[in-house]
Amino acid sequence: MTLSESTIYDVTHLLDGTVLLLSFALLYQRRLFGVLSAFALQSLVLALAAAWQAFANDAPHLYITAGIALFFKTIIIPLALHRIVVNLGIHREVETALGIGATLIVGASLAALAIVLVLPVTAASVALTRENLALSLSVVLLGLLMMITRRNAVTQVVGFMSLENGLLLAAVGVRGMPFVVEISAAFAVMVAFIIFGVFFFQIRERFDTLDVSYVERFRGERH
Amino acid sequence: MLTAVFTAALALLLLGAGGAVLRQNTLVYGGSAAACAVAFLAALLWLLGGGEPERLVLPVGLPWLPVQLRLDALSAFFLLLVDGLGLLASIYALGYGRHEEEPQRVLPFYPAFLAGMNFALLADDAFSFLVAWEFMSLASWLLVLASHRQPETRRAAYIYLVMAAFGTAALILAFGVLAGPEGGYAFEQMRQRPDAFWPATLIAFLALVGAGSKAGLAPLHVWLPLAHPAAPSHVSALMSGAMTKVALYAIIRILFDLLDSVVWWWGLVFLLVGGGSALLGVLFATVQRDLKTLLASSTIENLGVVIAAVGLAIAFKANGLPLLGAVALVAGLFHALNHAVFKGLLFLGAGAVLVATGTRDLERLGGLIHRMPYTALAFLVGCAAIAAIPPLNGFASEWLLFQSVIEGAVLPQWSLQFAVPVVGALLALSAALALAAFVRAFGIAFLGRPRAAETAAAREVEATMRVPMGLLAALAVLIGLVPGLALRVIGPVIEALFGTAAISAAAGRFLWLAPPGRLDVAYSGFGLFAAGAVLLVLTVAVVKRASRTAPRRSAPWDCGFPDPHPATQYSAAGFAQPIRRVFADSVFRAVERVDMPAPGEQRPARLELRFDDRAWTLIYAPITRAVGTVTERLNVLQFLTIRRNLSLMFGALVLLLAIIAVLR
Repeated sequence: MTLSESTIYDVTHLLDGTVLLLSFALLYQRRLFGVLSAFALQSLVLALAAAWQAFANDAPHLYITAGIALFFKTIIIPLALHRIVVNLGIHREVETALGIGATLIVGASLAALAIVLVLPVTAASVALTRENLALSLSVVLLGLLMMITRRNAVTQVVGFMSLENGLLLAAVGVRGMPFVVEISAAFAVMVAFIIFGVFFFQIRERFDTLDVSYVERFRGERH
Repeated sequence: MLTAVFTAALALLLLGAGGAVLRQNTLVYGGSAAACAVAFLAALLWLLGGGEPERLVLPVGLPWLPVQLRLDALSAFFLLLVDGLGLLASIYALGYGRHEEEPQRVLPFYPAFLAGMNFALLADDAFSFLVAWEFMSLASWLLVLASHRQPETRRAAYIYLVMAAFGTAALILAFGVLAGPEGGYAFEQMRQRPDAFWPATLIAFLALVGAGSKAGLAPLHVWLPLAHPAAPSHVSALMSGAMTKVALYAIIRILFDLLDSVVWWWGLVFLLVGGGSALLGVLFATVQRDLKTLLASSTIENLGVVIAAVGLAIAFKANGLPLLGAVALVAGLFHALNHAVFKGLLFLGAGAVLVATGTRDLERLGGLIHRMPYTALAFLVGCAAIAAIPPLNGFASEWLLFQSVIEGAVLPQWSLQFAVPVVGALLALSAALALAAFVRAFGIAFLGRPRAAETAAAREVEATMRVPMGLLAALAVLIGLVPGLALRVIGPVIEALFGTAAISAAAGRFLWLAPPGRLDVAYSGFGLFAAGAVLLVLTVAVVKRASRTAPRRSAPWDCGFPDPHPATQYSAAGFAQPIRRVFADSVFRAVERVDMPAPGEQRPARLELRFDDRAWTLIYAPITRAVGTVTERLNVLQFLTIRRNLSLMFGALVLLLAIIAVLR
């Protein structure tokens, strides 16, 4: 079956845009479970985007990428984080360093920056690639923003994972990106998840909380 | 020939590695001497044979830039200096090394240091040059640290390391600009690339700063009087005599070979820097109390003299007077050669004094001429040569330089017309002060009576140490008498740098020196020596014949004080006092304070004297303070929370992205 160019463009654009939309959704969650659900949803859409690319461009290796995203990022990691949150009993704590409204405004301007930046720089490329790059850069920047505006370690981890989602989105959208890169990106997330997991328990064991400001206080840097 | 030098340098490198394992004095120094001899002979034969430059491309290095070596007249001349002095210093070290307290701190690095200098002179691309240069710097730094248990040595080594890093950074930038946007890092590509005015100016001054800091030019000289004396004496001889010449080589290589043209006002800057360094260096030499520090300060003077000659050469060349430029550069290279000879000799002599007495403090020396007659004679020749007493070699090169200064009147720019005589006067003043400094050095250390018990018990050093000193002294006399010998090896360099038309400028007949076409002002060391010798013989004969009675020995008049204490002699501080007083405010910031006991107190009165280098207070102290303040402010950043650290990175990222977005 062959698809028309415009169908490919529209569907890809829809999926990529949804990933970005879910990045914003991540930013305004006030509860940890909400954060985890939004993240799982984002990963799911990412897996769909990868699968769509695989189907549309006839690039079967992207199915593997989609599978990894679906299996690890949509199911395993959110479930594991969910367990951690339940075990530690911290489901209420989304402590923000910057208010939700302000964060959203900053996030919107970051997305604008990404678009303003990417569209002229990549003027020579195909329209689809350009849009895709602009959207993924926005997702990356929003992930970073989430990491620095949330105090809770779990939300920081989710921010990091969402940043990885942005990278993966860029990787699947750009034609000819070597398979190795995607695999390694996936494994980087795995490793990071394991490390963060270990850290949680360490922090929790010592301080009875996952609020990293306790760690900071322990280092003697905050009064 | 290139292969021979390369093999010798490689052998030195292996000896360094071997020295770390074997710790055999004789093996390391004997091997170094042999390798230096091979390299020396190869360079000498190449210069005398006068062939085409030889090239060698090694299959190592960066993927796009294999290591390239080249032997041409300029590198061969400097190889002659480095390996000639290296040979004699290695022989000397066979004896000197036995007195070393911790030989394992010297043995591995000494051959490595020599190898670094050899490779720096052979390198024909910026990358291998800089690697060799850093190798040389770090090896000499480790040698300075040989006596690391003394806190002042550690301080000296630290300052040396900082200055060496700074100099290398400047050289890296100079080569970066030379390579241009295409990144032609091989010297051959740099020669072919024309340089625009401002990049070329930048290159010239980066080279002056980068290599000049290694050569000890003011105001980058502060490390030199600290670091050179701290190393073992044979290494001090090499650092002062040879390593500063490698720096000079870098300056000449960049300015006269890699750059295609020079601008006249660079010459003005070089002249002023050279004249200033000469005066500053010699002033510090006149007041130093430590024999080796005195010699190191005098190195600053001599390199200043050479840089002034280079400045003149630039000014002449830029004004289309290649003949006069060639004379000035001949004078500079000749003086560099002479400095390697007599400064090497003097440092070896100071090492002999150190071995025999255990001290370098002039106030504890004295009367060594009776105890170490051989060393004293060699040291005297070195002092006379560095003080430019005819017919020794120091006079010949300074005479040639002053001839070029006089010719400076033909330069068209008014600023140069003013500056050249002023710098000439500075150089003349430095020469006179150098005489004072070395009369003081020799007189206090070797004449009079011993000022300390260990000095009174001094014995002459062993033959392995005496022979190199004797050879260097003989060389100082020989070059002075027959300057044609030196001009024979400098000639090819000038020919290569200024073209064949200018070769007659090398001015050498065999026995006399003269600027081209000016035989009326010729100088002949040999003639002077012969005339002096004839007059001396005649005078002695006449006096012998005229006097009736036979000579009779008796005790000298003792001014009515039988057997005075040695402390009543002229002291080193006392000898330097007039000069120190004259320049007290302007140069030394000297503070003299008399601590007079109250009537009835039984302690002696004391004269306290403190002086330091104005460069510290004016340049280095503010820089140190600024760096300290900035670091303290930035230190806060090291203790940020994870989230704030991330925010900083995030901010930087967004800022950079925003800059791109705006600029596109």
